[in-house]
Formats: sequence, C-alpha cells, structure tokens
Amino acid sequence: MKAYIARRILAVIPVMMTVGVLVFVLLRVVPGDVARSIVGVEASRAEVEAVRESLGLNDPVHVQFSLWVGRLVRGDLGRSYISNERVISQIGKRAGPTLSITFFTELVVVIVAVPVGVLAAWRVGSIVDRGVMVFAALGFSVPVFWVGFILIFLFGTWAFGRSEPLLPVFGYEPLSSGLVPYLRHLALPVAALCLGAMAFLVRITRASTLEVLNEDYVRTARAKGLAEDRVLLIHVFRNAALPIATIIGLQFAGLLTGVVITESVFAIPGMGRYVVAAMASRDYPIIEGTVLIVATGYVLINLGVDIFYAYLDPRIRY
Amino acid sequence: MLGKRTAADHAAPVVRARDKTRWQRLYLLARRHPTGSVAVAVILLIAVVSAFAPMIATDNPYAIDTPNRLSAPSREAYFGTDHVGRDVFSRTVYGGRISLLIGSAVALSGVIGGAVLGLIAGYNRRVDVVLMRIMDGLMAFPGILLAISLIAVLGASVQNVIIALSIFELPSVSRVSRSTVLSLREQPFVEAARAIGARPHRILFVHIFPNIVATLIVMATFACAAAMLSEAGLSFIGAGVPPDTPSWGNVMAESRGFLHKAMWTIFYPGLVLAIFVTALNVAGDTLRDILDPRLRRQA
Repeated sequence: MKAYIARRILAVIPVMMTVGVLVFVLLRVVPGDVARSIVGVEASRAEVEAVRESLGLNDPVHVQFSLWVGRLVRGDLGRSYISNERVISQIGKRAGPTLSITFFTELVVVIVAVPVGVLAAWRVGSIVDRGVMVFAALGFSVPVFWVGFILIFLFGTWAFGRSEPLLPVFGYEPLSSGLVPYLRHLALPVAALCLGAMAFLVRITRASTLEVLNEDYVRTARAKGLAEDRVLLIHVFRNAALPIATIIGLQFAGLLTGVVITESVFAIPGMGRYVVAAMASRDYPIIEGTVLIVATGYVLINLGVDIFYAYLDPRIRY
Repeated sequence: MLGKRTAADHAAPVVRARDKTRWQRLYLLARRHPTGSVAVAVILLIAVVSAFAPMIATDNPYAIDTPNRLSAPSREAYFGTDHVGRDVFSRTVYGGRISLLIGSAVALSGVIGGAVLGLIAGYNRRVDVVLMRIMDGLMAFPGILLAISLIAVLGASVQNVIIALSIFELPSVSRVSRSTVLSLREQPFVEAARAIGARPHRILFVHIFPNIVATLIVMATFACAAAMLSEAGLSFIGAGVPPDTPSWGNVMAESRGFLHKAMWTIFYPGLVLAIFVTALNVAGDTLRDILDPRLRRQA
C-alpha cells in the first residue's frame, strides 16, 4: 500500500510540470508585448523598456522559466498587472463562495444520483428506469446558465405569484453571517449546477450497477436465498462503487466549468467572476494563478480518490 | 461482428436485410431504433432550417428596431424581440448556423486530431510517454480556464472558440484510440501484416484505423453536443463568439440584463439549443448501440 501511494504521488509531478509548462507557454511566451499593454499605447518607448526590464521580459526564455518556477514553489503567484495586488491573496479572498458552491453541489449530486442510479439499474426497463434515463438525457443537454435564469425567473421574478422573492437570486453571504442566509444564497446556484452533474452521475451509476448485477456471484447470492437488500448493498453496490468514486473525482473538473458560469449568472464574487474579469482586461497573472490553483486542486482530489480506491479495492494496489 | 454467428443472429432483421435495397435496410434500422430515429429527424430538421435561414427567418437578424424593443412573442415575432428590438426568432434561426458550425468543426478537428495522436502514441513507445503526460496535463487544465486563457491571449472569435474547444477534446479521444491500438497491435491480423513486411504507417492506417472508426463517429457526436453547450457558456461569459454575431449562446447572453422584463429572449434560444443537444446525445447513444460491438454485447 505504501509503495502504491508513493507511486501515485510521484505520478503527480509530471502532470503538474506539464500544466506549468502549458501555462507558461500560453500566457508568457505567446502574448505579444505584455509591457506595452501594461503601460498603454500612450507611453514612451523608454517606459515600456523599463517595465520590460522590471518584469524580466528581456531575459532569455529559460531564465524567465526557472525564475518563474522558483517563485511558484515559494507560493508567489505574482501581482495583478492592473491593481498590483498579490494574486494569491486575492484568490484566497474569493475561494469561499467557489468552494462552497462546488462542495454543496457535489454533496447533493452524490446523495441523490447514486441511490437513483442504483434503483434504475435494479429495476432496469421499468417506468422508473425510463423516467430516470429521460431525465438524464435532458439534464445532460441544457446549458447551465439557462437553468440558472429559469430558476431566477421562477423563484425571484415570478416567485409563484408572491410579491417577495422566495430565495435570494444574486450575491453571496459568508457563513459568518449565519447559517440560514449562507444556505439560502447557495440554494439556487447549487440547484442550477446540480442538474447536469446529476444526469451524468446517474448514468454512470446505472451502467456500473447493471454490469455488476449481471455477474455470476450476484446470481449465486440470490440463489442461496439472501435477502435482496443484502444482495444489493453488499454484493452489488460495494463493487459498483469503485468506478463511481473515480467519476466523482473527475467530475470536479467539469463542475468547475459550471461554477465559473454560475457565478456570473448569480453575481457571486468568487474565483470564477475574478478570472472572467481578468480575461476581459487581459490581466494574465490572475488567469495564470487561477489555472495553477485549480489544476493543483483537481490533481490532489484525484490523487485522494486513487488512494481511497486502492483502500477499497486491494486488487489495484499492485 | 467478427464472432460466431448464432441462430438468433440469423433471425434478427438486420441480418435478413442483407438482400434488401439500401432504403429498405435503412427503414428496418429506423424501426428497430425509434427513439434514435426521432433524434436524427430533429437534427436534420434543425440543420435544414439553419441552412435555409434566409428563407425561413421572418426578419433581418441584425435589424435594430428600438420602438419595438422587448416585445412579447406574437404573430409578427414568434420568439419576441430583444433589448434593441431585434427579432429573436430570426436571430435563433441564423444563430443555428454559427452554433452548428462550431459544433461540427470541433467534432471533426478534435476527433481527427485526437485519433492521430492516439494512433501514434499507441504504436510508438517513446512518443507515447511524452504525449500521454501532455494529455494528463491537459486533463488537469480545466476546460473553461483553457478557453479563457486562449481567448484572453488570442481574442474572441469563432475560430478561436473552435481551437479552444478542440484542444479540450484531444485528451479523451487520444486515450480511447491509443488503448484500442494497444489491444489491436497484438492481434494475429496485425502480426500477419507486420510479418509480410507492411510499414508501420500502413499497419496503422490500413489495418488498425478502420477498427476505431465506429468509436470515433460516436465520440464525434458527443463532442459536437458538448462543444455546442460549451460555446453557449463561453459566449455567455464573453469568451465566445464576438457580440452581435448571432449564435445560440450569444442570442441568450446579449439580453441577460433584461431577463426580468423579457424571459423569452433567453427561454426560446435555450430551448432550441437544449432540444438539439438532447437529440445529438440520443443519436450518439443509438449509434453506439449499432456501431460499437463491444458495448453492444453488454446491453
């Protein structure tokens, strides 16, 4: 087990290096004259040259790269071109809403989608199964911001005929201002995001459970007279859970796409809106920092899932 | 497909259809997959409407008509008008052109690019190590942030959206084709080809490639669906198609500030997009059932 964990951790290094090189090439080497875009078109050539020198843009690429990596390792993601604030602390300030939305979405998705998927597989071909599959096909195919706007319309504008909105339709309240306002502000964004993720996980759970249900040992378990709930829980679900766990890990990346868009729909001051604003103003250090932090988070989550997987299933430790 | 034929196979309509005409076989196939047929019909209908947009649209999609802004759906404007009085129905009809263009271009370039990378990686160990690490890195690079970075550097245009979304498809397609190559290269027919002196590129493209075409077609369908959804999302946050150009995403994004007064400006284009993407996904599922023998066995 220890050797397996060590191997998995070592495998993270090339992935993170690739991400780093990709980011560096994309945002440092490709863009035209960054110095010119910072000082503006009006600035003199000497001013541009001064900024180039201070950013180290006159150094050879490999020198720039090693300096950049050195700063990254010390946790320095640089400063915003426009506000000159440290990117890492700015991201830190905005992580709360983004993490809250992601966490609650994944929580709701797992609580609902896994049992429903198992149920659909258990009663495959029934009305329940067909209904679930239709829902999955639809949920998979609607744009997340469209769902968001429908929810805003239903719960805010129209509010089922009431004069007051049923739920807050924009903004974010931190947990420190109370649990109820915190959860009420999260309700609609999480609901909007859930749909697609749920549709996906239901399909995976159903397929994975169906595969196990056809195994010989399930027939044996039934033949020896085990109660059906015992067969489902112990023989079927424990085996079906492995691929599901992997998908939940991988789903975080897809979820993030939704979070960025959802934050824009509901005007939530999170990392997504921060990076979208940075895109409009070409503030590369912010984009760079966000990409690196999110990619690191994604890799670590999947590392955790892999290790958990090995704990669940001793066969794959070797 | 290559396995032994059983009595049940002989009884199945598809096998009996061998001696029927092409149209009769198509009809039999459609009758066996009613849901898939409806999906294909929906896709064709929307594609035809987009192709003949100038004849179907009731108004110029760019024509600004401020006195009639934000008017509700009516006989004159089926989907209502937006915040500057443009006809939402006509913009949706024209928007199908851009959205379909992006979807199909991403499906083509992403799948072809991914397949070529996967084939090469599957055949050459040294390339394999490097390529797969890059793909792992791309996988960890969240799709939307990749698109945002590319658009920030290159600027918003239809072409850049296609590039960003195609790159996003590469890791999954190349992995699937690579794993197929890895399992096929040990097969007797590939060994035989090598034994009679076929060169690697001939083995790859003549002997191995035909075996992954079915999987690639299915992946292309799903890639197209995903790309059209992503296009809408990117346009919505301003990282997609430049403003004013009608795409399904843009038509919705442009009127986002007027939602409380004019729900229809977002509702109808989104509905069309959702219907089209659902049809694509259902068609992809059906195609996979028909084309991919490995998955068919499980069903």
